[in-house]
Formats: sequence, structure tokens, C-alpha cells
Amino acid sequence: MPDLLLELFSEEIPARMQAKAADDLRRMVTDKLVAEGLVYEGAKAFATPRRLALTVHGIPTRQSDLKEERRGPRVGGPDAAIQGFLKATGLARIEDAKIQTDPKKGDFYIALIEKPGRATIDVLAEILPVIIRTFPWPKSMRWGARSTKSGSLSWVRPLHSIIATFGPETEDPDVVKFSVDGIEAGQTTFGHRFMAPSAISVRRFADYEAKLKAAKVVLDPQARKDIILADAKQLAFAQGFELVEDQVLLDEVAGLVEWPVALMGSFDEEFLSIPGEVIRATIRNNQKCFVVRDPKTGKLANKFILTANIEATDGGKVIVAGNERVIRARLSDAKFFYETDLKTKLEDRLKKFDQIVFHEKLGTQAERIKRIERLTAEIAPLVGADVAKAKRAAHLAKADLLTEVVGEFPELQGLMGKYYAQAQGEDASVAAASEDHYKPQGPTDRVPNDPVSAAVALADKLDTLAGFWAIDEKPTGSKDPYALRRAALGAIRLIVDNTLRLPILDVAKSALAGLPEKSDAEKLPGDLLSFFADRLKVQLRDQGARHDLVDAVFSLGGQDDLLLVVRRVEALGKFLDTDDGKNLLAGTKRASNILSIEEKRDKRTFDGAPDAGLYRLDEEKTLAKAIEQVRSEASAAVQKEDFATAMSAMAKLRPAVDAFFDKVKVNDDEPAVRENRLKLLNEIRAATRAVADFSKIEG
Amino acid sequence: MDALPAHMRPERSFQGFILALQRFWAEQGCVILQPYDMEMGAGTFHPATTLRALGPKRWNAAYVQPSRRPKDGRYGENPNRLQHYYQFQVIMKPSPPNLQDLYLKSLAAIGIDSGIHDIRFVEDDWESPTLGAWGLGWECWCDGMEVSQFTYFQQVAGVECAPVSGELTYGLERLAMYVQGVDRVYDLNFNGRDGADKVTYGDVFLQAEQEYSRHNFEHADTAILFEQFKMAEDACKKYLMAGWNEGGNQREHLMALPAYDQCIKASHVFNLLDARGVISVTERQSYIMRVRELAKACGEAWVHTEAGRAV
Repeated sequence: MPDLLLELFSEEIPARMQAKAADDLRRMVTDKLVAEGLVYEGAKAFATPRRLALTVHGIPTRQSDLKEERRGPRVGGPDAAIQGFLKATGLARIEDAKIQTDPKKGDFYIALIEKPGRATIDVLAEILPVIIRTFPWPKSMRWGARSTKSGSLSWVRPLHSIIATFGPETEDPDVVKFSVDGIEAGQTTFGHRFMAPSAISVRRFADYEAKLKAAKVVLDPQARKDIILADAKQLAFAQGFELVEDQVLLDEVAGLVEWPVALMGSFDEEFLSIPGEVIRATIRNNQKCFVVRDPKTGKLANKFILTANIEATDGGKVIVAGNERVIRARLSDAKFFYETDLKTKLEDRLKKFDQIVFHEKLGTQAERIKRIERLTAEIAPLVGADVAKAKRAAHLAKADLLTEVVGEFPELQGLMGKYYAQAQGEDASVAAASEDHYKPQGPTDRVPNDPVSAAVALADKLDTLAGFWAIDEKPTGSKDPYALRRAALGAIRLIVDNTLRLPILDVAKSALAGLPEKSDAEKLPGDLLSFFADRLKVQLRDQGARHDLVDAVFSLGGQDDLLLVVRRVEALGKFLDTDDGKNLLAGTKRASNILSIEEKRDKRTFDGAPDAGLYRLDEEKTLAKAIEQVRSEASAAVQKEDFATAMSAMAKLRPAVDAFFDKVKVNDDEPAVRENRLKLLNEIRAATRAVADFSKIEG
Repeated sequence: MDALPAHMRPERSFQGFILALQRFWAEQGCVILQPYDMEMGAGTFHPATTLRALGPKRWNAAYVQPSRRPKDGRYGENPNRLQHYYQFQVIMKPSPPNLQDLYLKSLAAIGIDSGIHDIRFVEDDWESPTLGAWGLGWECWCDGMEVSQFTYFQQVAGVECAPVSGELTYGLERLAMYVQGVDRVYDLNFNGRDGADKVTYGDVFLQAEQEYSRHNFEHADTAILFEQFKMAEDACKKYLMAGWNEGGNQREHLMALPAYDQCIKASHVFNLLDARGVISVTERQSYIMRVRELAKACGEAWVHTEAGRAV
């Protein structure tokens, strides 16, 4: 079956847009084919800086013929309906329609529509220009003389030519005939901008890819990445170094070249006095080059690896020299910034925060820092941190935001604070908190375990959460501009991973009280707690745990110690994996179901202790005894926060519950006995609430 | 090129470098203009770009524009930061289909051979909030150094560009430093001569950098500057108002250029105030808005002039 080759050749497409554009092209073309009844065998899209390309193989030559019966109006229906039906179906006269008899509704007209399938190449000629015109570039532009016309083509950068061929592997394919804004689809493209700029005529994908390769264009981005990575590693290795791998940079660099050539350059060793992260940020962000390290020490070497887009006739000497000059200038700037920063103590920078607004309703950065300091002092004793150190850490943690290096490289915030704090002789924990109080940033980020860092990190996150809650800027749907979900998840991980005991409600109340914006102190802490509960559910679900168990625990009420919640959930999960757990859950659910039916029927509840004098059967007595025993054992264990023991106590309930349901008829004919039995069922439900609300558990 | 005397070769002299670019773009049909006689932050502010980018008429021009960035002054102590430097500006309306090729040829004309240099077009979307302008294009890199800005204007002075112009801006000092192989801008050979006849960039501009840095950061009189901003703003509005001629069969404007001069002036005064650090973060936004309002009104006036409107 025939294949489609499509290439859209343009001026340089931004690197960051290429992967998605290739994907969009594949998706749009194949979706449209399928919608046209053309099922294909496979498709693959590619992007280079100057082209998007797509191959779709195994497309039928034609659409199959379509036969469709369309039901029309009632025989003898209004003329307008009949005329409409004729128009919609293309029938010339109503006599051409069949009549179908429906025993209930009478006779209807039926039109038999036969739509002969069209040649695929004609379908392509119709759909491709539409796809090109509606292509979802994040930003697109007009250009040239045609840009005066309304409806002129918009593309990411000027589009120069289009290849569109369709045909079987064994024959010369046909050009799909269409044009977009004056660009006729054909079978011509161009090679590498400098090394092989001439026009190339291509027929089908294999031929296209091979000819491009000969014309110094590696079409497949993955192949370019592989080349860059292998060559860069090799270059580093040859000099006894090791490449510092960087996937994001690799992706970007592969989007900047059609013919990657890795080259190594060096810089003056004196620059190695700058922190390695600053060197790397300078070289990576500004110059898109990789850095290398000494495998023995792990420290950066005074080398870098650039990826040129050309095999230079001088072997790259001039290119390396040029890049070295730029990197030298950049590193001297960085060194100057770093050394300038070191001349000012972190605390002396804080005054400037008076001028910087954090958020118009939440005051200045200076006010925010004060709030974090106060909250840190409250949290510190709860998490085992030295209060004085924690306060000092909170005082300095944000100071590096006003340094030159962080101004230049915002991603180094915190880290630079740590270096500057170390340089001015701060305590190691205080210095570390500058960097670590931002952590964890995401589900895979490291969680700081120094109590000082943990205290500042929790204060920072809780101030943020309380603040945005107070001004009603909560995340909605996919919108979370202040990354509040991440902050809550960060707080949860800090608490759980460090096994911290923190009464979140109290801390939240305190955080809210310190804000400039007055807020509803009654409602908000609870709101915030349920936000934590939601985050915890998401996190547990991501870890493969059951989120309904989180509900079962939070539903008990008063659960604002997240660590205990997690432990309870874990113990509950383990318990429910056992046979005892499963059966007890089933028994409890059965008890609850019966109760809710009977409660509805009698319009009353069955609270209160059962009367021992009304027990008629042994199973009732055994169950009552078991409940009493389990309740005291479980609550003692819960008191000791030993949830595993509480759960095994629960397990003892199971045989009694099972036997009860086996032998005892709840709805006894004697009303007093019935009521007593229902009360006993209620006791089962109550007893299990020592560990969780079983009614929230699924299954 | 071989006919050139050695001291005029672009790789030897700064002035030869500028002349080579002018000659190249003259060959492509550009009118070679002289710098605009006002202080401005970039070549884009020259009415030959800002205003001429608007309206349907063809327009191809190239010129050097001294650019003032008061905040970038470093008292002559930084090897490549200047508060006054030269931009070489090319504008072609409509953007020709081979503009990238023309650009690469212009690099060849100043001695940058694409066979041994690594030339790249790296995404850079251009936006000038003060001019109410934006476009898409690239930074052009040569061996890892940004040497030019390449933009397809989509909107200027709040007006949709139809047709779209292509704009090229070369940072002349930086490019010349690269071509001459010097690391300090003041060491650039200005006239291409040797020995006692040699004049360097430093000979021409070092003292100016020192004096203007003092002026920009320490002495520029902020009270006067605030006053000047207001005056320029008022004058701009006044000339705009006076320029409208509603008579006849079409609405036309008769003083777009003088009004726009006042917009340029307001913008430069704002830059000076900014360098003096007397404009707070929140005020900054409002000043930028005020200049933009002027620019937009000038653009609106321009498209009602002889040169700016449809034939």
C-alpha cells in the first residue's frame, strides 16, 4: 500500500517547539486520514531546525465506497420537511426514496445514499492545506509581500517549500497537488544551509532521508542526540574527563543543528574558583555548551563541549576559539558578580526587601521574611530544631535573591545563599537552610533532613499556603500559578519523610494570624487541612496506595497530624490485605448496610449500649465480649500510636462477627431483641472507628 | 574588495567595517541613511524604522544609529559595555523571501566566512513595550556569540504591520571586535592605520564613556529630567492634535514626524531617569505605558500621512 511523504521546509524553528510540532503534525494528519476512513499502517514524524517531516505508510489508495441509509420524514409529512430531506440527501425527487413501514409510527421515507470512495491522493490534497493553515504553533507570524492579504498564511517562521508525495514503494510516487499561500507542494527540498544548500529532488521517505543525510542533514532528532552524546562523551573521555550529562540541554542543542559536530574548548583555570554550579549555569544557559568533570574528584574541569552545526574546513579551530572568547567574557562577568556578592553580608541585603512587593495583598518581601521567621521559631521546637539557629536561617534564607549571581541565574537561588552564608562563617545548618528550605520542589526532589532546614522549609510553605488561602487565590482545575499544590505536597513530604509531629491546624492558624489580610480564622484552617488531605491522597495514589483509605482516616475527624494519618493509612492498608481484614471489612459493611436500612425504616438510630439481658444466643454474647475487648485493646494501641497492634486487635473481631451473621437473625420477631441486635451492630461500626471509618473504604 | 586599500578593510578598521556593510546593503537596493539626529536607545527608534515599517509602501533602508543606553555605562572600565554604541540597522519592507541569505552574504562582506564559522539562528522573540511593537525572529550567533538581531515585525506602534518588514540589527562594536580579534572595545582599530596614525575606539570614545557615566549615574539632574519628560509628552500630544486635518475627502495628519520626535525624546529621558534609579518598580511600568501611548498615537498619525497610507 502506498506511503505519504510530507515535508514543510522553513526558516529556523525554535528548538523548544520542534518535538511538539512533529507530534502535532503526525497526529493531525493521521487523525484526519482515519476520519476519512483511511486506516494507515504506521506513521513517524521528525523535526530539524529547518523542517518538519512526516511519513505515513500503508495508506489505502482509495476510500471504500460508502452505503448509507438515511431515515427521512413521515410519508405525507410537511412539504418543508420533505424538501429539506431531498436537499440533505441529494435525491432529485421524493419518488427516489424507499418507503419503510414502521408498525408503531407509520411509514417513513428512507434514502439510500451511495458515496463512492475518493482517491486518497485527492483526499490528501484537500486535508493537507487545511492542516498547514490551522497548525497549532505556540506563536506564529506573517511575512513577506503576501502578509498584506487577509487570511495570509501564518507559520512559526517563513515557510519556503513543501514536499508532498504519495505512491507505492515500487513506483515513482505522485505529487499531492495543492498549494498554500502561493507555495506549491512538490518534491524538492534543500540540504544543509552551509554545506549542501542546493535543491534536492526526492521521491519517498527512504530516498528523502538518505539524500538528506548525503546533504549533511540528520533528520531524526534522536539520531542527532545520540551523535552529540556519543561524541561529547568520547571527547571528554579522550582527555581523561567525564561529560556532565544534561538531558534538557541535549534536547535543546539537538534542535539547533542539522549536522551536529561536537568540539571541545577550554577556559582559564582561574575561573574554577567560582562555584561549579555558576560555571555550569553560565556555560549552559548562555552558550548552550556542556561542561565536563574530573571523574576522580567530581569537580568541574576547565573544559567545555560545544555542538557546531558544520564541519568547518579548518577542523573547527576558529569555532572553538570564538566560543572560548565568549565563554571567557561570560565567566569573567560571573566571577565579577560572585566576587562582588561576597563583599556584602547577607543580612545587609535585607533592607532592600522593604521595597519589593511579594504580592500586593500579602505585603513586601521583608514582611514575608518576618512572618517566616516567626513561624520558624514556632515550628522549630516541634521538629527538634535549635530555635536560635532556625530563626537565623529563616532570617537569611531569602537574602540571596538580591545578589548579582541570582539576578543573572535565578535557578541558582538558595544555592548561592548557601555559599555566601558559608563564606560569612554561618553555622553549617543555617547555611544549608538557604538552599534546602526551597525543597522538596517536586515528587522526586530530595527532602532535607536537617531539622533547621525542615523548620524553615515548613514555615516558608505554610506561609505561602496560608497567604494565598487568605486572599482566596486557591488553585482551581489546572491553574495553580503560585504552585500551592507543590507547596502542600512539599510540606507533606517534609513531615512524613522526617517523621515530624506537627499539628497542622495550629500552625495554619498561627500563619493566618500573622498575615496583613484579615481572614476567616474559623473556616480557613479546616479548608487548608482538607487541601492537605487531597494532596496526601494524590501522593499515596501515585505511590500505588489506596486513596480511599485516606478518606477513611480523615473522616474520623480531628486528624491534623499528617504523620499519624499516613501511619494509620499504612497499617490499614496492610490489614486490609489480610483475610481477617477483608472479612472484617465485609462484616462491618454488612452491619452498616443493615443498620442504614433499618434506621431508614424506623426513622431512628440505634445508638446506645445493648442490653446484655436481651442476648438470646451465644453468638451475640461472644460478639459483645469481643467488641469490648477489641475496643479497649485497639484504643490503647491507638493511644500509643501503634496502629499495627490496633489492627491486629481488630482482627480478633472477625470470627465473632462472622459467626454472628451466620447464626443470628437480626430482625427478630420480638422488637426488643431486634433493637438490641441492631445496637450490637452499631457497636461493631463504632468499634472499628477506633482505627478508621470503614464506610469510606471501597470494596 | 581587492581594490580596497588595506586600512579600509573591514577586518582592519572599524570605519572600513561600517562602510563595507553600507556598501553591501546599498547593493541590495537600500537607501543608505545617516543617523537620526536625536538620542535614542536603539536603531529601531529611528523614524526610518518605527514609522516607515507602517503602511503598505515599499521601503528599504540601512543606516548606522548611535544608541544610548544610559544604564549600561561602566565608566570606561568594562571591556564591552558601553552607554553609547553603534547599531547598524537594515529594514526591508516587505521582507524579501531571501532575507536570511542576504544577511549571511552581508556577514561574508565583513569577513565572516560561513565555511569556517558556526552561524546559527537561535530563537529570540523581540518585543519593545515602549514602542508597542513585537516581532518574531532570532538572535544570530557566530561561534557562540550573538552578533545580530533578526526580526520580522508583526506590530509596531500598536499598528499591525501590512506588509511585514524584516529588520536586521548588527551590534557593530561586538562584531568588529570579533573580526579584528580584540577583547577590549577600546582597542578596536578605528581607522585601520598603524603606528602614529592609528586611531583606536578608545581614542574616540573612552573619555566620552567616562564623562557620560558620571552624568548618567551621578549628575543628570532628575528634577530637570522629570520636567523634560513631561514637556516632551505634552509637546508630542500637542503636535499630534494640531496635525490632524479633517477637511477634504480623507482624514490626514500633517505633523506625525515632529510629534514622533517628542516621543523619542520622552523615551530617552525616561532611560536617563531609570539609570539615576529614581523610578520605582511600579512607576516604571506607568512611564513605559506613557511612552507607548505616545508611540501608538504617532503610529496612528503616520498611517494617515502621505508616506504612511495606502496609495
